[in-house]
Amino acid sequence: MKKLSARRRHPLAAVVVLLLALACTGGLYVLLAPTSEAKADTTAQSLAIDEGKKLYAVGCASCHGTGGQGTTDGPSLVGVGAAAVDFQVGTGRMPAQQPGAQVPKKKNIYSQAEIDQLAAYISSLGAGPNVPTEAQYGPEGADIAKGGELFRTNCAQCHNFTGKGGALTHGKFAPDLEGVSPKHIYEAMQTGPQNMPSFPDTTLSEQNKQDIIAYLDAVNGEDTESPGGLELGGLGPVSEGLFGWIFGLGSLIAVAVWVAARTAKAKKS
Amino acid sequence: MSSQDIPEENLPAEQSAGHNDHGHGAVGVADEKNPFADPGLPPHEHRIQDIDERAARRSERTVAMMFVLSMLATVGFIVSYVAIPHDRTIYVFPIGHINALNFALGLTLGAALFLIGAGAVHWARTLMSDEELADERHPIEAEPEVKAKVMADFKQGAKESALGRRKLIRNTMFGALALFPLSGVMLLRDLGPLPGTKLRHTLWSKGKLLVNMNTNEPLRASDVAVGSLTFAKPEGLEEHDHEFQTEIAKAALMIVRIQPDDIKDKRELEWSHEGIVAYSKICTHVGCPISLYEQQTHHVLCPCHQSTFDLSDGARVIFGPAGHALPQLRIGVNDEGYLEALGDFDEPVGPAFWERG
Repeated sequence: MKKLSARRRHPLAAVVVLLLALACTGGLYVLLAPTSEAKADTTAQSLAIDEGKKLYAVGCASCHGTGGQGTTDGPSLVGVGAAAVDFQVGTGRMPAQQPGAQVPKKKNIYSQAEIDQLAAYISSLGAGPNVPTEAQYGPEGADIAKGGELFRTNCAQCHNFTGKGGALTHGKFAPDLEGVSPKHIYEAMQTGPQNMPSFPDTTLSEQNKQDIIAYLDAVNGEDTESPGGLELGGLGPVSEGLFGWIFGLGSLIAVAVWVAARTAKAKKS
Repeated sequence: MSSQDIPEENLPAEQSAGHNDHGHGAVGVADEKNPFADPGLPPHEHRIQDIDERAARRSERTVAMMFVLSMLATVGFIVSYVAIPHDRTIYVFPIGHINALNFALGLTLGAALFLIGAGAVHWARTLMSDEELADERHPIEAEPEVKAKVMADFKQGAKESALGRRKLIRNTMFGALALFPLSGVMLLRDLGPLPGTKLRHTLWSKGKLLVNMNTNEPLRASDVAVGSLTFAKPEGLEEHDHEFQTEIAKAALMIVRIQPDDIKDKRELEWSHEGIVAYSKICTHVGCPISLYEQQTHHVLCPCHQSTFDLSDGARVIFGPAGHALPQLRIGVNDEGYLEALGDFDEPVGPAFWERG
C-alpha cells in the first residue's frame, strides 16, 4: 500500500482514478439496468404504441388529456385516426405553441418515426382514417381538369382559385397550399383539421382527392409559372388594386409633380 | 352689374395698351370703390429657348426624338406580337418569371404612349408660347339693342309661321312630339317579362333525392360525417341541361352534419336528419354563393361582404349586412337510406326583393 500511496501525486494518477471510476459505474449499470429485451409482448405495433404514449405524455397530454379524452384546452383525440396525427404533427401545427384563433404551421420537430409512433398510439384509442399510401395521393392517372372543377366546387371558397389561401372570421384563415406535400393535402381533406370541414371518401372519393392534388400541383406547384410575373400574393383584386392605387397612381402623381416643379424659365428663381 | 361698374383700367382695351415687353406692370390704382390696387401680372420672364435659337433647336430635336422613339416602340409592339411565341417564359429582375410576350407587349405599348405624352409635355414647356394672358370676364347680359332685335325677330317669326292662327297644325305638331317618346318607353318592355313566382320556387320538391355535386350520386345519410361539408343539387338536374345555371343558382345546397346536441334552434333540429342540415348556399344579402364553413364554430362566412351565419342556430345572421337567415331545406331519408327533400324551401332563397314580404 505504501507503494501505491507514494504514487498518488504521479501526473497520471488522476487519469487512472477517473478511468477506474468510469469502469465501475458502467459495469454496475450493465448489471443493474433493466433490459428492454426482457419484455413479454414484443410486437412492433405495441412497441410503437408504447413509444407513442410516452411521446404523447410529453408533447400532447397537457391539452388533450392524459388519455386523449380532451380538456378545455384541446379536443378529444379518440377516433381522429392516424391521418389526423400525421397531418397535425407532420406540418408542425401540433404541439401548438400557444392558444389562439388558429394554430399556424411551423417547423416540425418530430422525426417521421416518432410521428408514426404517436399516430399508432392515437389510433389505438379509437378507429379513424389511416395515413394514406402513395398510391392514394400520387398524381398517376389523375384528371387535372376534373380536379380543377372539384377544387372550385369544394375548396376555392376559402383557399382561393389556385390555392393561395384567404381570410376567415376572427383571425382565422385558410392557408396557402403552395409547398404542402400531397400526403398532407390528402390528410387535410380526409380529416378536416381545425376549422376546415372534412371531405370523407363517402362524399369526395379517393379518385376525386387525387384529381384535386394533381390540379394543385399544376396551378400552385413548385415549378408552376405565373405568366403575369409578380403575383402580389395571387389573392385577386384586393392586393392588385392596392398596388395599382399606390404604385400606379403614385408614379403618375410623382411625374406630374416633377414636371410642374421644374421651371422652364431661363432665370431660375 | 353692367359694364359701367368695371373700372376703366381693368377693361381689356386699357390693359393691352399698358402691355409692354417687360410685362404688364402694375395696372390697378387704389381708389374709393376698389381699396386694393390690382397688382397685375408679374413681368414676363423668358425661357432659354426664347432667347437662344440653338437651345430651341435642341428642344425641337428632343421632342422629335421622343416621337420617333414612340414610333419605334409601336413597331416593336407589332414585331413582338408576330415574333415572340406565346408560351416562352423569361426572367426579369424585379418581376420574376414572366411570359415573354406579355412583357414585350406591355413594355412597348407603355413606352409608345408614354413617349407621345412626354414629347407633348416637353414641346409645350419649351417651345410653345408661354406669354401670360389675362382674359377678363364680361357681363353675361346682352346689350339692350341686341335683346330688342332678338325679341322682334322672334315675334316676326311667330307671325310669319302663323302658328297662332293655324291651330290644326299647332295641335297636331304638339301631338306628334308628345307621342314620339312612347316608342322608347315601349322598348322597356324587353326588360320583362316579370319574374312572376319564379323567385319563390326552386327545383326542390317532396321526395327529390339530394345528389352529391362531386360524384353525381345520391347522398346517403351514412355518407355525411360530422364536421364534413358537401354540396348537393336536386335529383334530375344535370350539368349539361339548358337551364342548369338558372336552376342551380336557386337550388344549390350545402350539407353539413352537426352533433344534434349542438343545434340550438328547435326548428332546425326538427328539419334536419340526425344532425344533417341542408341550407341554401345563396347569401341572403346580394346572392353570392357562400360556403366558407368553419366546422368547429359552425359559422358560414360570405366572401363578398363578410355576412356571417351560425349554422347551429338556424343560420341566424351574426355579422354583416345580410338581412335574414339562410333558408333551410327540410330533409329526411327514404326507405333505402338516401337523403331526400321533404318539400321546397318555405321562403324565397337569396337576396330580398321588393315583393318578398
